[in-house]
Amino acid sequence: MRTFRGAVKNNPMSILGTRVLRTEDPAFLTSGGVYMDDLVDERLTGSLYATFVRAPIAHARILDIDISAALQAPGVVAIYLSGDVPLADRRPPSPTFDKAMVQPLLAKGKVRYVGEPIAVVLTEEKYQGEDAAELVMVDYDALPAVVNPRLSADSVKLFDDAVSNQVGTFGSADDFDPDFFADCEVVFTHEIVNQRVAVASMEGRGGVSVWGEDGRLTAWISNQGAQGSKTALAAMIGIPADQVRVITPDVGGGFGAKFGADTEHGIISWASRELGRPVRWVETRYENLLGMTHGRDQVQTITIGGKRDGTILAYRLEVLQDVGAYPRIGAILPSLTRLMTPGTYSFKTESRATMVVTNKTPVGAYRGAGRPEATAAIERAVDFFALSVGVDSAEVRRKVLLPKFTEPHTTSTGAKYDSGDYETALNLACKSIGYDELRREQAERRARGDVKQLGIGVACYVEITGGGAESGAPHENATVEVHPDGTATILTGTSPHGQGHATAWAMLASDQLGIPIDKITLKWGDTDLIPEGGGTGGSRSLQQGGAAVQKASIELIELARERAAELLEANPEDLQMDTSIQGLKVAGSPGAQVTLAELAAKERLFVRSVFTAPGATFPFGAHIAVAEVDTETGHATLKRILAVDDAGTILNPLLFDGQRHGGIGQGAAQALLEEFVYDEDGNPLTASFADYPFLSATEVPSYELVTMETPTSYNPMGAKGVGEAGTIGSTPAVQNAVIDAVAHLGVRHIDMPTSAQRVWRAIEAAAAGGASASGGTVGSGGIASPDATATGIASHSTPDGKVSTPTSENEAI
Amino acid sequence: MIPPQFDYVRATSVEHALELLAEHGDDAKLLAGGHSLLPMMKIRLANPAVLIDIARIPDLSYVRDEGGTLAIGALTKHAMVASDPLVALNAPLLAHSAAQVGDPQIRNRGTIGGSLVHGDPAADLPMAVVALGVTLVVVGPSGRREVPVEDFFEGYFQTAVGEDELLVEIRVPSRPGVGWGYQKFVRRANDWAIVGVAAVGAGADAQVALGNMGNKALRASATEAALAAGASIADAAALADEGTEPQADMHADAEFRRHLVKVLTRRALESAAS
Ligand SMILES: Cc1cc2nc3c(=O)[nH]c(=O)nc-3n(C[C@H](O)[C@H](O)[C@H](O)COP(=O)(O)OP(=O)(O)OC[C@H]3O[C@@H](n4cnc5c(N)ncnc54)[C@H](O)[C@@H]3O)c2cc1C
Repeated sequence: MRTFRGAVKNNPMSILGTRVLRTEDPAFLTSGGVYMDDLVDERLTGSLYATFVRAPIAHARILDIDISAALQAPGVVAIYLSGDVPLADRRPPSPTFDKAMVQPLLAKGKVRYVGEPIAVVLTEEKYQGEDAAELVMVDYDALPAVVNPRLSADSVKLFDDAVSNQVGTFGSADDFDPDFFADCEVVFTHEIVNQRVAVASMEGRGGVSVWGEDGRLTAWISNQGAQGSKTALAAMIGIPADQVRVITPDVGGGFGAKFGADTEHGIISWASRELGRPVRWVETRYENLLGMTHGRDQVQTITIGGKRDGTILAYRLEVLQDVGAYPRIGAILPSLTRLMTPGTYSFKTESRATMVVTNKTPVGAYRGAGRPEATAAIERAVDFFALSVGVDSAEVRRKVLLPKFTEPHTTSTGAKYDSGDYETALNLACKSIGYDELRREQAERRARGDVKQLGIGVACYVEITGGGAESGAPHENATVEVHPDGTATILTGTSPHGQGHATAWAMLASDQLGIPIDKITLKWGDTDLIPEGGGTGGSRSLQQGGAAVQKASIELIELARERAAELLEANPEDLQMDTSIQGLKVAGSPGAQVTLAELAAKERLFVRSVFTAPGATFPFGAHIAVAEVDTETGHATLKRILAVDDAGTILNPLLFDGQRHGGIGQGAAQALLEEFVYDEDGNPLTASFADYPFLSATEVPSYELVTMETPTSYNPMGAKGVGEAGTIGSTPAVQNAVIDAVAHLGVRHIDMPTSAQRVWRAIEAAAAGGASASGGTVGSGGIASPDATATGIASHSTPDGKVSTPTSENEAI
Repeated sequence: MIPPQFDYVRATSVEHALELLAEHGDDAKLLAGGHSLLPMMKIRLANPAVLIDIARIPDLSYVRDEGGTLAIGALTKHAMVASDPLVALNAPLLAHSAAQVGDPQIRNRGTIGGSLVHGDPAADLPMAVVALGVTLVVVGPSGRREVPVEDFFEGYFQTAVGEDELLVEIRVPSRPGVGWGYQKFVRRANDWAIVGVAAVGAGADAQVALGNMGNKALRASATEAALAAGASIADAAALADEGTEPQADMHADAEFRRHLVKVLTRRALESAAS
């Protein structure tokens, strides 16, 4: 399927497209990275340690805070409460949201989620902080906790001055076409939950702040883009952005949750200025699971209609986004979910979203950020339809996939897909995994009535990269400099935290300049050195940051050509770049040449370039998962997962596959295991890794990766983003596989995570001829489709074109 | 995630440990592998003022064949119980269950004594020793006493070992060649059991223990009685939840646990019989 190799290719021996080993790994594997807690710097001598006192209760008025005992504790230098800190509340991230829903940096009058910072304790030593924090006595007047987003509208208001608990909406039911499903023979509707997950990066959040004698703030922050962190931090503490320098140490994962700056960073920066000493803060895992923004958390109502022969005609998506206690970026993400509503299909769609606050951790971006929610919804809906009309799920998709296109295709929601070939991806996936053979094996097991049944889950996806809300405008800068010793330095506005930019960006420069990659150093994450940049998120880095490196390298050759022409007294046009000598030669006169290093020795040789993309790109693919379900216990095991991912031209297959590995694992984990659970009082039940189940190597099979390369025309490399694709395709594939394994028993839906209890209950309910689907949290009642018929299918005929949407009475979260 | 302040003393012998316990009373806690106690201290659920480290007491880590009985020292690590050839021969169920505890790091630190005294109803070793009908040797100020396993577990995180006592040995009846079955139902390979079943022997001789079906590891008495009366495995297993009081948590409600325990008991008995 290699349709294309690098668009810009001067070098016949190009390393582009080859499996170059990661240059960053030897240091990580030997001396280790320097993460937030490892930081040693003379500017940090005499640092204080910040410990946050956090709310132990989900919703309450604060009647009194007594810090007198804590102030007496050993090592305590200061304790600050909301009233002590003159920093402005954070406003909601969109002007269309309810303006009363502001977030104080420390809880003011009320606490709204377990884990909300109430006070900060500053101590000489780190361990003293936890002891002292325990002595801060807070008197609460408990309020009813709003936990179920479905009931949020009618519950006690979180913000006294807000109109309600509704943050805002995208689209409205009034815009829905009353005849939307009129031409459908069958229509199915169901509520599905895209559950709340913890980001749980290996390294949590952290920061160190110190003020210089020049009055400027230097802040080390574990982040995904120093420049964005600088802007956010400056805004929080109310100083001009040029008065802040943000430095990025090695970062142990972010997944979208480390963009910008958090309230804790604002507080420690302010405290550092107040006390005239550096202040350090590194969160514990408990704080991380409560304090770092969570991901997903949408209740989706899907309605899908079509013909009995399996042709889907119309699909409607209604999203209820639980944004947690304060609207952060998570309140915006449903707009991306809406944008991606149509997925890879040609049938008509309509959608709307409502965002509400609840007494839970605020929701932010999490690998995929808004797009996985769209894919999960439509892929589940399509499978629901396929199972219900009894047509093979791959076949149902083939009938309605958008045909291959090379010119941009604009969807009904306004997304401009740059290029796509969805059917080839699906067919390639089916062929590679042996789809027909698997269906035969499934039929045999069903016929035998085996305890362990086989499920095959298909998911087609298209997603949007290099345009996500968290990633800034589609442009990026890079500076490439060649030094007199023949080495080179690249400055980038992207912010690697595991992806491998040091290798990839060096490959791009090396390809143009001939300088070996081990002689090229990448620098990022220091806003004094690199004042502008969009950071790394939304799978944007290669297509924009890498493209900028390539552009700067090409422009550097042009600059060198002019200088060489002068030096060699030749026409610039007669000079040829020769990567084998890392310099320029005069055509036809042997010996007349000069290297880039020699030119650099005479005058600094560097170029800063900005690459601007015409728009976002839309990678796509098809994932197929094979699950085995023990029908006696409900336990689901993922047996195989095959991914066809097409993110355009591949720069380095090793890095490409690395992104897919992590993404597929993370996506499968959401389908099988992960859920951040609250009880009915808003107490978190999964605030440690003993309870919050990330996936381990024992729960996944070896990945089967099949590559497809359909280049984009939006950058010279032809590359799209692959950082999130794995997460987007695998989640619905795995969920569909688990459901498919028990579909012959009458089951049509099981919410994620597909826990043993949920699977077992779904089987039991279907056997009893009752509800076809199960979901919700154990102990609080499952979601049953109230309209489920005896066959376990939620079906509505639509003589008048009206569809009744089931309402749910459950308490599930 | 940082425990409150505590003092630390290292015991050099069993006698020394008992003296230290007597000296510090309720404020003290014994520290063996630390893999249950230290996490509880870090999340500040346990606040001992003094930790008495018994991990380096010589001669409490061993597996001995005492003719018909296997004697295992309380400080024997899970990894050793899992790999010792004497255990594999005479009590393969115990070896297998020790191998299911957590991950290699935990098995190389955690001790059999620590796991049993911790008394977690969801843990692996408690249900294994209940099925095996072991005897536990406890020493205290008034000397040494032997506690049959039926009397050892008292409730959630509670055992018959007094505040001033030390568990020193686990005595396991040797049953080479006797069939066994072990079913640990988990979300992930290194999790605690949502429900667990340990079975040794077949028919009238079968002994079946249940994990996480109440506030301690339990015997499946109704199942055992049915088997003794000649019931089939399937029929006997269907009684496995009788007399249990499973709790509800986010992994499983009581009804699902009752269902699971029947399936798992059948499977454990089937493997014990084969
Ligand atoms: C991540 C993780 C995963 C785990 N997974 C599992 C699992 O899957 N299955 C499972 O069964 N367990 C699991 N465990 C628990 C593990 O088995 C512990 O090692 C064991 O429960 C405690 O043994 P220890 O030697 O570490 O005891 P410690 O933590 O040192 O002590 C535990 C308790 O016993 C007391 N004590 C210890 N030794 C004695 C003695 N000789 N006499 C009297 N009192 C004593 C202590 O005072 C303390 O109260 C896990 C632990 C962790 C951290």
